[in-house]
Amino acid sequence: MSISVNEASDIQREISERSAPDYLDQLEAEAIYIMREVAGQFERPALLFSGGKDSITLVHLAKKAFAPGKIPFPLVHVDTGHNFIEAIEYRDELAEKLNAKLIVRYVEDTIKAKGLKEQTGKNASRNWLQTFTLLDTIEEFEFDACIGGARRDEEKARAKERIFSFRDEFGQWDPKRQRPELWNLFNGRIQKGENVRVFPISNWTELDVWAYLKREGIALPSIYFAHERELILRDGKLLNNTPVIEPDPEDQIVTRQVRFRTVGDMTCTAAVESAAATLDEVIAEITISRISERGETRIDDQQTEAAMEDRKKGGYF
Amino acid sequence: MEAIERASKTRNAGEIDLALLTDGLRSEREQGITIDVAYKYFQTPNRKFISIDAPGHIQYTRNMVTGASNADLAIILVDARHGVVEQTRRHSLIASMLGIPHVIVAVNKMDLVGNSEDAFLEIAKSYKELAEKLSIRDLTIIPVSALNGDNIVDRSESMPWYTGETLLSVLETVNVLKDQNLEDGRFAVQYVIRPQTDELHDYRGYAGRVQSGSFKKGDAIKVLPSDRESKIAKIEFGGNEIPEASVLESVTILLEDDIDISRGDTIVSVNNSPIVSQDIEALVCWMDDKKTLKPGNKYVLQHGTARSRCSIRGIEYQIDINSYEKLDEVEALKLNDVARIVLRTAQPIAYDPYQKNRANGAAILIDETSNVTVGACMIE
Repeated sequence: MSISVNEASDIQREISERSAPDYLDQLEAEAIYIMREVAGQFERPALLFSGGKDSITLVHLAKKAFAPGKIPFPLVHVDTGHNFIEAIEYRDELAEKLNAKLIVRYVEDTIKAKGLKEQTGKNASRNWLQTFTLLDTIEEFEFDACIGGARRDEEKARAKERIFSFRDEFGQWDPKRQRPELWNLFNGRIQKGENVRVFPISNWTELDVWAYLKREGIALPSIYFAHERELILRDGKLLNNTPVIEPDPEDQIVTRQVRFRTVGDMTCTAAVESAAATLDEVIAEITISRISERGETRIDDQQTEAAMEDRKKGGYF
Repeated sequence: MEAIERASKTRNAGEIDLALLTDGLRSEREQGITIDVAYKYFQTPNRKFISIDAPGHIQYTRNMVTGASNADLAIILVDARHGVVEQTRRHSLIASMLGIPHVIVAVNKMDLVGNSEDAFLEIAKSYKELAEKLSIRDLTIIPVSALNGDNIVDRSESMPWYTGETLLSVLETVNVLKDQNLEDGRFAVQYVIRPQTDELHDYRGYAGRVQSGSFKKGDAIKVLPSDRESKIAKIEFGGNEIPEASVLESVTILLEDDIDISRGDTIVSVNNSPIVSQDIEALVCWMDDKKTLKPGNKYVLQHGTARSRCSIRGIEYQIDINSYEKLDEVEALKLNDVARIVLRTAQPIAYDPYQKNRANGAAILIDETSNVTVGACMIE
């Protein structure tokens, strides 16, 4: 990177003074509108909550959308059992603070109940298996809409996905048969058994999310900020040193100052080297970074060119 | 970018293929065409932008209409060697019909016509003739060379005769707030907030987004279609009272009187009413590739937060989107056809003409059996 953090924070200050506040208000109003469309159009919606920054933003928006009432849908977490402990603790505290209904379903249980075969070897991950647990959870509670924190700037298949993304009774996304989505008229009509995935922050960028978290004074799990950690250095990526990652002879164990840009399953989420320990420093760092957080840190998206598209077709978020 | 370079290489293309930026789906990359609308996000120090990239071929008219429905500004590219062609006419009609407030015509590849002022003026003249038949509110025509960056960010040295604005300067300065309808107070109720707790026992808040105009405490309002009147007792955002709410803000409105209001109702300023009717005339772009629209067919019309069954009473005329000719005696509309239709709804709809109020004049038609969105309506 050729721009220093100081210069970057100047750029950021310039951007936020001239345009960002108004822009954040617009994004916030749009997301609240979408949340309320979900509450108005569906019988049994749910908010998929992972403890990551995007779903934390969603919960905050939902709180604002329905205040002074309670959020009219449960928070649902599909736990791979390989999540960061910091994210799980944050999840439980937040649900308690909001007095929200929290539903947790475990991939481990699905594996046992269905006799699913886990991936083995290098880069083995339960990420794909989450889909089974998610679909089972949708069936168990008869959810007709699931709100998620996906954004269009994250990944190229997501850039093409609707805000109300129709899924058939098998949870599958068909990119060629998406409903036209015009103006702000969202069509959530479905048959029983089908469902809609709804993405209220589709039009937000990673920087918008951070700027919003800062503006609203929202606390985040500590792993988003720079800290020293023992890591596995593998193929140029820094992974958390945890027993759930199968060792490889070429792995190196290193200690670095890092933070996480996304908080997913530990097996497929890499850390970035960073000294950014505060929201302002993180924002400055992202301002000068040109790679989206998934592109930089998600091993699951890099396996093939259409990895995300293929997972979505199979029912993934 | 690195991933695109890698992908370009695996597809044996000699150069970096920039279409790979927007062609995000496997089938698009394999066929080398843009099929669906792609959204991209970028910013300059002065403004944040969302670019909506829509395919240009006639068979993707519905995707273009979809992309245009949310656009503040359209850039129409004209090849300086070919001037105004069929595609220019089609794209301009869509921009006009969807009420995109600002249109930039970028006359591209000026370097291939010797950066000639005469060539540019000729194209500008024929475009203006075309625009007279349409309703384009704000038109800017700019000679550019995307390859050389001429008049994109900086004024071109090869075209000293051009003294107008550059493309980026228009994008950064165009006033988009002014395009909103700030006159007509309209608020479609999305959801009724009723906490039903001890301390908020009688709380009834109407959640929605101000579609146009503004509302403040004490304003006299009317609820449509029931036509009951009341006054605004309070406006809230995130549970806190705010003095007023203007266009595009998502707020909660509380009224002085306890009247029956639910999702689908519209709160409007008492002295400024939309049209309330069951008989509607609209321009429609038909989007279903399986079934045609025919008089007598029944659909669900979604307008604002209201849904009503409706039946098609007739097709007044179809518009040839290339020649702008009106075609009479059309029996059915197929995918991508544009026509003026007459329909009757089961419940009255509170609407404004689309060209006057984009937010309260737009509607979609939904197929009752497949639940697919099959038509985009601009109410006249």
